Amino acid sequence: MTGAERLPASARAILRGDRRALARAITSIENGDAAADPILAAIYGRTHGAPIVGLAGPLGVGKSSLINALVGLLRARGRTVAVVAVDPSSPFSGGSVLGDRIRFEGRVDDPGVFFRSMASRGASGGVAAATLETARLLDAAGFDVVLVETVGSGQVDVAIREIATTRVVVLVPHLGDEVQTLKAGLFEIADVFCVNKTDLPGADIAQRDLVDLVAHGTREGRWTPAVVGTSMTEPRGLEELWNAVEAHEQYLDRTGERATSERHRLTVEIVGIVRDRLGRELSEQLERDPALRGLLDRVVARSLDPRTAAHQLRLAVRRVR
Amino acid sequence: MGPSASSLRSHPIRVLIAKPGLDGHDRGAKVVARALRDAGMEVIYAGLRQTPEEIVRAALEEDVDIIGLSILSGAHMALFPRVLALLKRQKAGNVPVFAGGIIPDEDARRLKRAGIRAIFGPGTSLDEIVSTAQRIARRRA
Repeated sequence: MTGAERLPASARAILRGDRRALARAITSIENGDAAADPILAAIYGRTHGAPIVGLAGPLGVGKSSLINALVGLLRARGRTVAVVAVDPSSPFSGGSVLGDRIRFEGRVDDPGVFFRSMASRGASGGVAAATLETARLLDAAGFDVVLVETVGSGQVDVAIREIATTRVVVLVPHLGDEVQTLKAGLFEIADVFCVNKTDLPGADIAQRDLVDLVAHGTREGRWTPAVVGTSMTEPRGLEELWNAVEAHEQYLDRTGERATSERHRLTVEIVGIVRDRLGRELSEQLERDPALRGLLDRVVARSLDPRTAAHQLRLAVRRVR
Repeated sequence: MGPSASSLRSHPIRVLIAKPGLDGHDRGAKVVARALRDAGMEVIYAGLRQTPEEIVRAALEEDVDIIGLSILSGAHMALFPRVLALLKRQKAGNVPVFAGGIIPDEDARRLKRAGIRAIFGPGTSLDEIVSTAQRIARRRA
C-alpha cells in the first residue's frame, strides 16, 4: 500500500486543513494506534520540506518564551507555524504536567498557528517517540515552519539531532566556565547557539566563550554555528536568532547537506522502527514459544550466558522466517 | 463501565486544566494538576486568565479526553456555559468538563444541568477528584 492513490478520509481532512483531524492523528501517533499507519503513509509524499527547528537546552533557560516570541515574529512575516512542545513523563506514575502552553500567547482565532504539547512517555534524549512523525504530519498539513521544544536537556539529550533540520541550543549566563563548552553532547549538536536572558550579568562572558568554542571548530566549507544573544524582557535579539536559523537552512540547500543529512536521518528512523518492531515480536515470541522459553530457563539456571543465548535466539528467529 | 475500565486503558488520559477569567492565583489548580499527574494522566496546564475561546482551542489542539476548569472570581455562571457552548459549536460536546472553585450550591445545580459533569468545592479530597476524572474522561473509539 503506497497510500498515494487513495487517501484515507482522515489524511484528506488533514491536508484540507482540518485541525481536529490533525490533533486526533497526533494522538494516534502518540498512542501507537494502527490508525496512524495509513495516514502517515499517505501524507509522506505530500510534505513540503518545512524547516523543523529544534530548541534544546537546560530547563528554565527560556525555550518556551523564545518559541512564543518566534511564533509572533513568523506570523508578523506571514508565515504559518506549528509548535510541538515536549515535557517529561514521570518515570513513576507515567503522568506528566505539560506546561509549555502557558507561555503561548498566540491570537486565539489565528488558523496560522498550531500548538501541541507532548509527553516524552519514557523516551530518552529530550523528545518523544512520536515527535518526528508529528513534525512530518504538521509539515504535510501545510505549516511553513515547525518548531520543536525539547524536554529541558541534560548534557546528553541530543535526540533532536535526528529530527530537526536546524538545532538551536539555548543557554543562559553563568551555566559554567568555558570548559563546559568543550564537553561532549549538547554543545556538539548546535547549528545556532542562543544565549538568552542577556539582560542578566555575565551574558557577554557566556557569548564570548561560545564564540571561542565555535572558532576552534571552524572548518573550511562547513557550517560555523552562529552565536546570538537574546532577551525576552527587553526584548532583543529575536530577529538575529531567526536570521541565523534561516542562514543555516540556506546553507543546507546551497551545499546539498540537506539531502545528505536527510538520508542519514531516514536511515536512523527506519532502522529504529524495525528494531522496535523486531524487539516487540521477539519479546512476545520468547513468552509464547516453549523452545525459546527453555533457552531463558538455561540462562536463569546459569548454564548459558546472555550473549550466547541472544546469538542462539537470533539463529532460531532466522530459521522461523 | 466501572472503575476497572479506566485501569484497562492502554494510554494516558489527556486532561486540560485551565482557569477562565481573572483569578489572582492558581494554587488549587496546580495542586489538582499534580494529583492528576501522579495518577498517570497527561495534564496540559494552561494556567491563569484564559478566555473560553482559548480554552476550547487548547482542548481541541491538544485532543484532550477531559477538561478541568477552576474559578474563584464568581464569574462561573458566565464563563462555564460559554465554554460548553463553544465546545458544542465545534462538535466537541462529548468532551466532558468538570469544575472546581468557589461555587454556591444553587449555581452548582444549574451548571450541572447545563452540562458540567462534576463540581468540586473547597475541601474535596484529591482522591475524589482523581477518581471522578478517571470515571468521566472520554474514551476513544
